[in-house]
Amino acid sequence: MRLDIEDVTVEAAGARLVEDIRLTVDDGSFVGLVGPNGSGKSTLLRCAYRALRPAAGAVRLDGDDVHALAPRAAARVLAALPQESSAEFDFTVAEVVAMGRLPHRERTAAEDRAICAQAMDRTGVGHLAGRGFLALSGGERQRVLVARALAQRPRVLVLDEPTNHLDIAHQLDVLSLVRASGPTVLAALHDLNLAAAHCDVLYVIAGGRIVASGPPHDVLTPDLLAEVFGVRAHPVRHPGTGAVQLLFDLLPPTA
Amino acid sequence: MPVPPPSTLSAGRRRRSAAPLVLGLAVLLLASLVCGVGLGAAGIGWAEVLRFLWAGLTGGTVRAGDAAAYTIVWEIRLPRTVLGAVVGAGLAAVGTAVQAMVRNALADPFVLGVSSGAAVGANAVILLGAFAGLGVWALSASAFASALAAMALVYAVARSPHGLTPLRLILTGTALAFGFEAVTTVMVFGAARGEAARAAMMWLLGSLGGATWAQVPLAAVTVAAGWAWLRVRAEALNALAMGDETAAALGVPPGRLRRELFAVTAAVTGTVVAVSGAIGFVGLMVPHLVRMLVGADHRRVLAVAPLAGAVLLVWADVLSRLLLAPAELPVGVITAVLGVPAFLLLMRRGGYAFGSR
Repeated sequence: MRLDIEDVTVEAAGARLVEDIRLTVDDGSFVGLVGPNGSGKSTLLRCAYRALRPAAGAVRLDGDDVHALAPRAAARVLAALPQESSAEFDFTVAEVVAMGRLPHRERTAAEDRAICAQAMDRTGVGHLAGRGFLALSGGERQRVLVARALAQRPRVLVLDEPTNHLDIAHQLDVLSLVRASGPTVLAALHDLNLAAAHCDVLYVIAGGRIVASGPPHDVLTPDLLAEVFGVRAHPVRHPGTGAVQLLFDLLPPTA
Repeated sequence: MPVPPPSTLSAGRRRRSAAPLVLGLAVLLLASLVCGVGLGAAGIGWAEVLRFLWAGLTGGTVRAGDAAAYTIVWEIRLPRTVLGAVVGAGLAAVGTAVQAMVRNALADPFVLGVSSGAAVGANAVILLGAFAGLGVWALSASAFASALAAMALVYAVARSPHGLTPLRLILTGTALAFGFEAVTTVMVFGAARGEAARAAMMWLLGSLGGATWAQVPLAAVTVAAGWAWLRVRAEALNALAMGDETAAALGVPPGRLRRELFAVTAAVTGTVVAVSGAIGFVGLMVPHLVRMLVGADHRRVLAVAPLAGAVLLVWADVLSRLLLAPAELPVGVITAVLGVPAFLLLMRRGGYAFGSR
């Protein structure tokens, strides 16, 4: 399913958080959103999974405005991994994953169990089913939340910094898991090398506006990285995969 | 940071089905109702109590010499015990809902200022004769209206341009609760009638002493309807308990659900405060205890908590009548005496995640 963000503007308390954002995620592709802290990544994604209503513009799934759909109908096609992790109550892993079935109607308990079991198998958390979510490690939690999103059986997945707080093995693990699970993906990522390695297309956002977009190796140029992130970047080839990777320095002080 | 060993925490916890517990509590509640009717200052034998109950239920007759004892059982103790069960169920259900709503296991209608708001309305009727035109409904209507107004005020004050956060709600509710209590206190001390002032103090601490059959239908219907609605929304409450953004992503608009919860909470709390005053700790403690038994899933918590609350309050009321008989303690004193040590014990045991990890 195709996700289009059309001229979206979000305002809060009189300030424009993002402005005239235009972004397209083609069916089955993995699109990354990168940008410095506070650039508007999360704000834009919140519009997609309906936690925020844009002041102007629209978010469309195959042409349908998600904010015009019934909330549950939208959640049946679009799942999200928000960044928040406020788990006050000690749900078990199985209960957290089962929440993914909430938007679906006319479901049976047996069907729900089968779908959740499958999602947990795919993310390798089946053995944790009876454990408390709060007692899990960061990597385990993220896998459980991916399982919940998969149990939602979405056609589009929106991820807000899914690799935050994860060690390097878990970062690679979560992204390949999402990639392998099939749906169209829009992900905000803060690690540019991870973004370069996993995304088909990258959008760079700065100050609430898209400043560049395209395939990662075209977008992540030293000039752009200096301007947007304020770092000096040295592109090198990965000796194993041949993918472009970046090494960073601080910019030399300008005279 | 000490991390509790997860396997010992969760593996032994029963998460399968709440049905046996619900059935057990239902039986226990029936037994508690009978005990609640049987125990009291006036010594009436158990055989007689059961005979009177049977006569009352089946429309049978009692001898003229038993009329006084029958009146005590059927017109005083039974409505009081039934009302205690209804109030306990309502407080436990609303406490569960409020905790999910503000995503904080230390919240209940008191923390959000709803109970003290309702008490202002109740005292306005008792002391000032407000809403006299509503007759017997004045008390309930006024408590409900002021509970709603308190909720709306808390809601309006807690709102910020960035939306409504649980922490702001709790802080606002706590602050306004003190204000509402101050208003009630001023009303009590401003009232000329000494009797009324004592009665109003009884209301602030909670009492079922004034229970009559006339109070039962409205309270029972409101609590049952509120409970039923919360049961329907149990899954949505799970989503909301995980966070507003998670709820939104799962197709549960958090703002709309929270407004619905506000209305239901105000209706149930207002109705309950109108018949029993502000009884504390039931709405706070019962959801905690139930979560320890059945886990956090609101489908199970909401099946069990109201029954547990009903049983707890029936027995708390029995104790309030018996401990200093023939004098009567406010039932809120009993729930506090039971609640405080139980609460501290739970925290010390650490077998329950309070979320502030």
